[in-house]
Amino acid sequence: MDTGTIIIGLTIFVLACFAGAELIAKVPPTLHTPLMSGSNAISGIAILGALLATGHPESFSSVSGLGFLAVIFATINVVGGYMVTHRMLQMFKK
Amino acid sequence: MALAAFIQTTEKYVNPMSNHSINFIYLVSATLFMLGIKYLSSPSTAKRGNLLSMIGMAAAIGTTMATPGLHGFTLIIIGVIIGAVIGGYTAIKIKMTAMPEMVALFNGCGGAASALVALAEFQSNTTGGFDSFTLITLLLSLIIGGLTFTGSIMAYAKLQGLIPTRPVTYPGQQVVNAIIVLATVALSWFLFQDPTSILALSGIIILSLGLGVLAVIPIGGADMPVIICLLNSYSGLAVSMTGFALSNNALIITGSLVGASGIFLTKIMCDAMNRSLSNVLFSAFGQVVESADDTGEGPTGSMKGYEVEDVATILTNAGSLIIVPGYGMAAAQAQHATRELGDYLGEQGVEVRYAIHPVAGRMPGHMNVLLAEADVPYEQLFALEDINDDFASTDVVLVIGANDVVNPAAKSNPNSPIYGMPVLDVEKATTVIVLKRSMNVGFAGIENELFYKDNTMMLFGDAKSSLHKLVAAMK
Repeated sequence: MDTGTIIIGLTIFVLACFAGAELIAKVPPTLHTPLMSGSNAISGIAILGALLATGHPESFSSVSGLGFLAVIFATINVVGGYMVTHRMLQMFKK
Repeated sequence: MALAAFIQTTEKYVNPMSNHSINFIYLVSATLFMLGIKYLSSPSTAKRGNLLSMIGMAAAIGTTMATPGLHGFTLIIIGVIIGAVIGGYTAIKIKMTAMPEMVALFNGCGGAASALVALAEFQSNTTGGFDSFTLITLLLSLIIGGLTFTGSIMAYAKLQGLIPTRPVTYPGQQVVNAIIVLATVALSWFLFQDPTSILALSGIIILSLGLGVLAVIPIGGADMPVIICLLNSYSGLAVSMTGFALSNNALIITGSLVGASGIFLTKIMCDAMNRSLSNVLFSAFGQVVESADDTGEGPTGSMKGYEVEDVATILTNAGSLIIVPGYGMAAAQAQHATRELGDYLGEQGVEVRYAIHPVAGRMPGHMNVLLAEADVPYEQLFALEDINDDFASTDVVLVIGANDVVNPAAKSNPNSPIYGMPVLDVEKATTVIVLKRSMNVGFAGIENELFYKDNTMMLFGDAKSSLHKLVAAMK
């Protein structure tokens, strides 16, 4: 990996950390549980890496096997996280 | 072929959709995730935010699935179906009281996914041709993901009561953990010399899984809110590290959002207990169980147990009431009964509000979700700093299954383990009614002088049935 890519990656990481902190500071305590389950859902973004590993050209290798397991775990995160967040948010009424 | 290289080469030669357009869609997804969190700033917009976030996720997955040269669609679809069924079933069936356990398990899944992707990347590059930055980030993804996985399972088991919720300690515990960390570093260094070493890689996996278990067992059940937040943060960090290794901006940005969120909540939880993170992680808090005094003899006298009728009379004559829920309300599934009592008194003209301490329950916002489930309007819920000055002018406070968060010793007794923790000043109200299962001390094993005060009325028994009896007696 060339140094330019590394620097760009680190720049994105640092800026996203600060942006995230600013956004999260504005979430009221009453929504902290949905914040946790919602961030659970988006951390399922690891599914992108899992898809690429499963769809590796050498099918049925150890790579696609590991990728397959990763797809299962990440999908639990994505589907479960979004659904339970939705279920909770529906309960909050004026 | 390494995954990152695989994407790049296929895109270079086959992909009509350039690397740039893929990255652009990832940027759109990341923006939608951020909007999703932004809309969480109010309960009225939060649902819309969650939907935007879902759209972002669908776009990112769709784009990745369209990567030309991607094989194994059958396998992918089978994996997605299995994951969706497990995740969806859990999300629908889980009781709101068990939300901390579920979030812990989902954190674990996130950690496992990141670790498995890192491992797949190791496997796909059998020649060991990693540059050092990729190797470091892959290792971090593997280690953090692995310990998040087992740590989350331990947190789940503690919250479910499958293993002792009290801190589990043994002599030399810190030394053992330090040795594991050092051994992991040593093996990582070995892997740097020979990136194809299966032995070093397996060793690192086993050690990181072991570290997750050993790091969580000395932490007590009452400190689980902090641990869940921290594991949440770790799962995000692991995703970011995977993103670095695969040069995938979507993973880097999303991981850092989750990481920041977890750290932020960890800090709120620690501040709410006036303890440092290292104190939570290493002090085995709540390990010493003070002998529960069954005679009810306490700091300044005896607990006064009252009958339901006496308590009901006090409640009906009150002009203002603040309800303070704690973990005991969740454990007794008493949130609906609480709302019934609140609603009935509200109809009688009593001003009813709820005071929520940040660490009431087993995760941030746990009480708010339970009361929302029971249809308590969120405008009646007040945070510690917003309501603490009002207790002095309140007629009656009803404490339901809360203990340490209403313990005046946090303000008055420098020898108390919870001294300095911000607590709700419930004792300033004219009358304090405490619903409590038994005379035993609370989860952290600390005596609560509130229970012995002259203006405190204890009503012993299961919170749910006590509340039902109270409502019946008032009517």
